[in-house]
Amino acid sequence: MAGGDEIGNEKMLKRRVRLNESVIQGFLFFCGVFTILITLGIVYELGKESMLFFRSDEVSLVKFFTGTKWQPKIFEFGIWPLVNATLMTTITAMMIALPLGLCVAIYLSEYASPKARNLLKPTLEVLAGIPTIVYGYFALTFMTPLLRSIFGRDVVEIYNTASAGLVMGILILPLVSSMSEDALSAVPRSLREAAYGLGATKLEVAVRIVVPAALSGIAAAFIIGISRAIGETMIVAIAAGAGPNFTFNPFKAAETMTGHIVRISGGDISYDSIDYNSIFAIGLLLFFMTLGLNIISQQIVRRFREVYE
Amino acid sequence: MTTSTDANKKVGMSEESNLPQRHQVGTIWQVVFQASTIIGIITLTALLYNIVNSAFGYVALESKVDPETLAINDVPLEELPKEDLVQILKDYVSAGLFRRFERDKPFENRTHEEIYALIQERIIQPEIVSTWSLFDSITKKNEIFSQTKIKYPKAELHFVSWLNPDFVTSPQSSNPLAAGVRTAILGSLWTIGITLLTAFPLGVGAAVYLEEYARDNLLNRIIQTNISNLAGVPSIIYGMLGLAIFVRTMEPLTSGAIFGFTDPTTANGRTILSAGLTLALLILPLIIINAQEAIRAVPLSLRHASYGLGGTKWQTVWHHVLPNAVPGILTGTILAISRAIGETAPLVVVGASTFITFDPESPFSKFTTLPIQIYQWTSRPQGEFRNIAAAAIIVLLILLLALNASAVFLRNRYSRRLA
Repeated sequence: MAGGDEIGNEKMLKRRVRLNESVIQGFLFFCGVFTILITLGIVYELGKESMLFFRSDEVSLVKFFTGTKWQPKIFEFGIWPLVNATLMTTITAMMIALPLGLCVAIYLSEYASPKARNLLKPTLEVLAGIPTIVYGYFALTFMTPLLRSIFGRDVVEIYNTASAGLVMGILILPLVSSMSEDALSAVPRSLREAAYGLGATKLEVAVRIVVPAALSGIAAAFIIGISRAIGETMIVAIAAGAGPNFTFNPFKAAETMTGHIVRISGGDISYDSIDYNSIFAIGLLLFFMTLGLNIISQQIVRRFREVYE
Repeated sequence: MTTSTDANKKVGMSEESNLPQRHQVGTIWQVVFQASTIIGIITLTALLYNIVNSAFGYVALESKVDPETLAINDVPLEELPKEDLVQILKDYVSAGLFRRFERDKPFENRTHEEIYALIQERIIQPEIVSTWSLFDSITKKNEIFSQTKIKYPKAELHFVSWLNPDFVTSPQSSNPLAAGVRTAILGSLWTIGITLLTAFPLGVGAAVYLEEYARDNLLNRIIQTNISNLAGVPSIIYGMLGLAIFVRTMEPLTSGAIFGFTDPTTANGRTILSAGLTLALLILPLIIINAQEAIRAVPLSLRHASYGLGGTKWQTVWHHVLPNAVPGILTGTILAISRAIGETAPLVVVGASTFITFDPESPFSKFTTLPIQIYQWTSRPQGEFRNIAAAAIIVLLILLLALNASAVFLRNRYSRRLA
């Protein structure tokens, strides 16, 4: 009988259309969709200008991807000097950030007392919150003189990729360590206790049990770190040098992709010039490189994450 | 029998012998882990030390005219009455220049300080010949004094704090002694204001949509994935997007032309408005992600209670979910804003001005910001510009520290209320 009542009420309770609710929901939906528009905008604008660049007579797609000279003045557009410098700074940075970041993460998650952790974690977060321009200043006024005094003034140029890369490593260190630490802390306690029960030392627990269990998270952190290093701009713009240079010597000046974009757009360029279009082609390449790395990192987390109850 | 005992012995032996070794290896690695952490801390210290070291120190100044020779009857220059200062100015500069000063602004209307500054600028013309870091200034004081006497006999040594009240309040100048960050600070504040006005409603709106309204379908999953991807896009790409869309395509809007602004100083859409909107796009994903977390943390029971009393969806969100999520949303927004304040690369690409001395007056003014100013000063080869860059960095860090402190304050107040 009561059931009959409910059925009767259902008609009264049917959804009423409220105008302002719909308007608000429409606005909120727009906010959500807006983020997709940003991505589309990036792809469209970068793609459009890049198309103009590749369509012009002086540029060929093959030469762009194989050439080792980037000299817009004589219409030489080979991307390799810029990519090479980006890779050099990135590799230098990761040589600092990966081992140090992982060690810091292991220390914070496995060794540090709660008191030490509460002190050290915020300190590293401060390091992560400092604007990159400050790191650029640090690279030029501290790291470069340091390198020059160690290796000699004749060996190390004032602007060099080593200094920029080292400081970039310091910049990325907190990112890698805090993401890795999150992954390590998420490994359940029972795994550690089981290993201790079998007679493992603290190091063996950390390195043979906890790190492998958190490997997907650590790998994701590393890849995010690489992506961040490739897109990093101000440190290389200040400390790595101006002017594309195809060299494998880390003590020589060389311009990275981001550094080149900043230098060209910081000067007075006229729109619709080939210079202007060329930076969009570099930007598009940069966008796809970082996007690819970010997607790989997400996939790693999704596919290889060990799930414990 | 014997062989198995031997084997047992061997196992026992090897265990006994390798246990100390294993512990030793453990200790070594623990030291390595600890050292890595300490290296991180040392770097932070080195970074801060390097900045403070450059922001203070001795400066050797060489003046064209010794201010002491300008003193009249042993009254030092800065204490002379205004009339005498005008007379000095008249005596030292050419008649034509003096008439131009008079024409620009009559001397009767100028204050004592203004005329004194004019004398400094035109007659005394102090010029920096050398600067020293704070560390050198303290440890090698005598050496600096003796060296200066030999190298620059005319120069005078002053201990200068590059970071001083005048530095914060005076506009940009090509003379490092007179240059300040007033224009840059105002530019930063204007830009951030516009960023906040745009990114906050859009970001919170998107977060509410995703957490409260969105069903689990393909479109919404794409939106969610897209947001986390956007958070990983390098900031310089946003700068290029801003250049293409706000500076070029939307130029009539961002230069203020459609509102009747025909300010000759505006540089074709390279305005505060363009810069603010570009930064808004940059921090939008951060605001959304943080706001989503804050909204997700609001207990479901609150929503059920509201629905139970007959509240509509929006009433529930507006009166119950959002007020409870506000501290979390604000904390996230402040952190995003402090990211935006420190951003340099996208603004260089959008087209920050290299040299402006006037305060920004509207969103359609040319702009420069603190990080841009630091970048320009750092890029100059002269040492004294490095010094003022360091002072500007300190101003920037203090600003960021204040913002982060307020975020921590909000977080603490929030957690206390829950408890």
